[in-house]
Amino acid sequence: MTARTLFKNARLLDPATALDRKGDLLVADGKIAAVGARVQADASGAAVIECHGHCLAPGLVDMRVELREPGREHEETMESGAAAAAAGGITTMVALPNTEPAIDDVALVEFVARRSREVGVHIRTYAAATRGLKGREITEIGLLSAAGAVAFTDANSAIADALVLRRAFSYARTFDALIVQHPEEPSLAAGGHMTEGEIATRLGLSGITPAAEVMMVERDLRLMEITGARYHVAHVSTGAAIEAIRAAKARGLPVTCDTAPPYFALNETAVGEYRTFAKLSPPLRSENDRRAVVAGLRDGTIDAIASDHSPHPQDSKRLPFASAEAGIIGLETLLPLTLELVHNGHLTVLQALRALSQRPAEILGLPAGRLAEGTPADLVLFDLDRPGRIDVDSFRSKSKNSPFDGRPVQGRVLKTMVDGRFVFGGDS
Amino acid sequence: MTGTADSLAFPHRHLLGIEGLSPDDITLLLDKSEGYVEQNRQADKKRSLLRGRTIINVFFENSTRTRTSFEVAGKRLGGDVINMSVAGSSIKKGETLIDTAMTLNAMHPDVLVVRHHESGAVHLLAQKVNCAVVNAGDGSHEHPTQALLDALTIRRRKGGLQGLVVAICGDILHSRVARSNIHLLNTMGARVRVVAPRTLLPAEIERMGVEVFHDMGLGLKGADIVMMLRLQTERMHGSFVPSIREYFHFFGLDARKLAAAKADALIMHPGPMNRGVEIDSEVADDIDRSLIRHQVEMGVAVRMACLEVLTRELGNGPPVT
Repeated sequence: MTARTLFKNARLLDPATALDRKGDLLVADGKIAAVGARVQADASGAAVIECHGHCLAPGLVDMRVELREPGREHEETMESGAAAAAAGGITTMVALPNTEPAIDDVALVEFVARRSREVGVHIRTYAAATRGLKGREITEIGLLSAAGAVAFTDANSAIADALVLRRAFSYARTFDALIVQHPEEPSLAAGGHMTEGEIATRLGLSGITPAAEVMMVERDLRLMEITGARYHVAHVSTGAAIEAIRAAKARGLPVTCDTAPPYFALNETAVGEYRTFAKLSPPLRSENDRRAVVAGLRDGTIDAIASDHSPHPQDSKRLPFASAEAGIIGLETLLPLTLELVHNGHLTVLQALRALSQRPAEILGLPAGRLAEGTPADLVLFDLDRPGRIDVDSFRSKSKNSPFDGRPVQGRVLKTMVDGRFVFGGDS
Repeated sequence: MTGTADSLAFPHRHLLGIEGLSPDDITLLLDKSEGYVEQNRQADKKRSLLRGRTIINVFFENSTRTRTSFEVAGKRLGGDVINMSVAGSSIKKGETLIDTAMTLNAMHPDVLVVRHHESGAVHLLAQKVNCAVVNAGDGSHEHPTQALLDALTIRRRKGGLQGLVVAICGDILHSRVARSNIHLLNTMGARVRVVAPRTLLPAEIERMGVEVFHDMGLGLKGADIVMMLRLQTERMHGSFVPSIREYFHFFGLDARKLAAAKADALIMHPGPMNRGVEIDSEVADDIDRSLIRHQVEMGVAVRMACLEVLTRELGNGPPVT
């Protein structure tokens, strides 16, 4: 690896240091070799990329992705997921353990690590917090951590039993492991298919009270306090849960959370007349909750934005609403949908990038999300302003279940680099 | 109730719900139904309006009454009516609803009459076929022909719907009949109340334009129409009411509770009734007060009117006489 690449005349953006200035960045041997106003000095022989003032930032770290390998490779594989990630400017993604079989033992974590080396994008994995994601017996958190699991979660199942979660928290603390929870009280949400309220009532669909989210979060925060564990709430979507997390952070608890673009880009009205592409878990919420998500991102209560990429084939969406699978793909829409918040004045571009790369990397302890010399050259070059429409047919993901097809957006990924090699846009 | 309704066209390809129908649409259907009520009372009930037309009843959920009513309606108009039994068919073997729709569509039906246990399933099917689709009940969503036949029944007894106080009582949460009736009665200017224990009311039901009561005495006070709903035990995931005994005590319709309504208040029920659960036999069988058997009669006429307007929309039907 002697390849050297010089990005010239870029808008350098590094949320960790609040860097936002015009300049150059030199990549050598897969690492960032120099960042600054001019770094031509030792750039002789490097391939030069003229950036025309476009944004050069740390590659996105997507902390919540479902890849269907092993088990359901017709929906997504690590290759197709990595290609989609690269097109979306994502250089590291963290896979959920809800595969078949579930990633709950060391061999499966090693399998992901091995497969990750065969694709162009870094893939890390969570391990299940409980065996088979069943919520009863905790997994080998120590051995799984040593094998490379970045954190522990039962994916889209909440760990409902308070005693099981208490023990998972206590045990995880031994290894400083992080537990990630799907925030929904399952007995309260049972049988529901969308958020409770007028729209569900009109459609004759069983509703889920939004309180199911804050109830689980508040209970878990109590368990955190008695165990001293680290805790991360996945895809928060209600104002009440965000407020509970805001208050817990103010008390000094080590709680973090993320959300996903549908929870700030859509509300429950997207269900329309039974649009199954708008069926998610947690479900799309009221407009007030959507605004609360935006406010939570703005004040930093919500640390991260993840794609919550959930590939499903047509067959599982072309069903009556109640029978359809929940979840949408998101790798290739993560950046443009987040940039809507920038163009609408809710976030600065550095705030957006902090939620997309720096914070998820910090929460999971990953060596990514920085533009520092000596760190891996995982980079995204994007045009902040270029208008276009989301075109699902052009997506590299194997599945096409997105409610955003045709949505006008501003911002486009031009090039994505992982460890100094272009994985997207390198030939242009 | 205008005599010119016949000159209006029904501007919808399908009848998927009452929501979205205008007062004119509803009046057109009710006026046409009136004619069929008279026809159905003649010795010769048969017409040839639907000669050459194929109507397929596709019932994913068991029903005898509604299916038979549609079958009679189609046959009296001279159409060929086929009942597709779904139980035991390929659908049970994993064929999707859309596959079924495509298969049926390839047989060139003119109308599909569809009942399904899931809300929205009939909409989904309607998107995939070229013919007209009538929703014969989808989950807890809508049952438009039931609301139309209820409206026709009321209109014939009360002369109209405007200004009437209608109390819909019982399992509103799971009821497609309630939702369709709320839409229709509101559209036609009636005042709608719902009366139920809180566990059987969906969230924000008041935003559909109803007054909400949890007490039969208050909810029925001054009502012109008392519409009872079946307590749909088969749909219940958990325990919505503690016992039938308690439910009947507080929410079952009997002569004592009915006394709160207007002296000439009429009783309706979409059937089949659970006697002693939501309604006492004494009031259900009161021929002066109960419209329950009239509702069944109106059902055939209303479904004939629906089949007529939807096949006329196809634009290649025989001339209407």
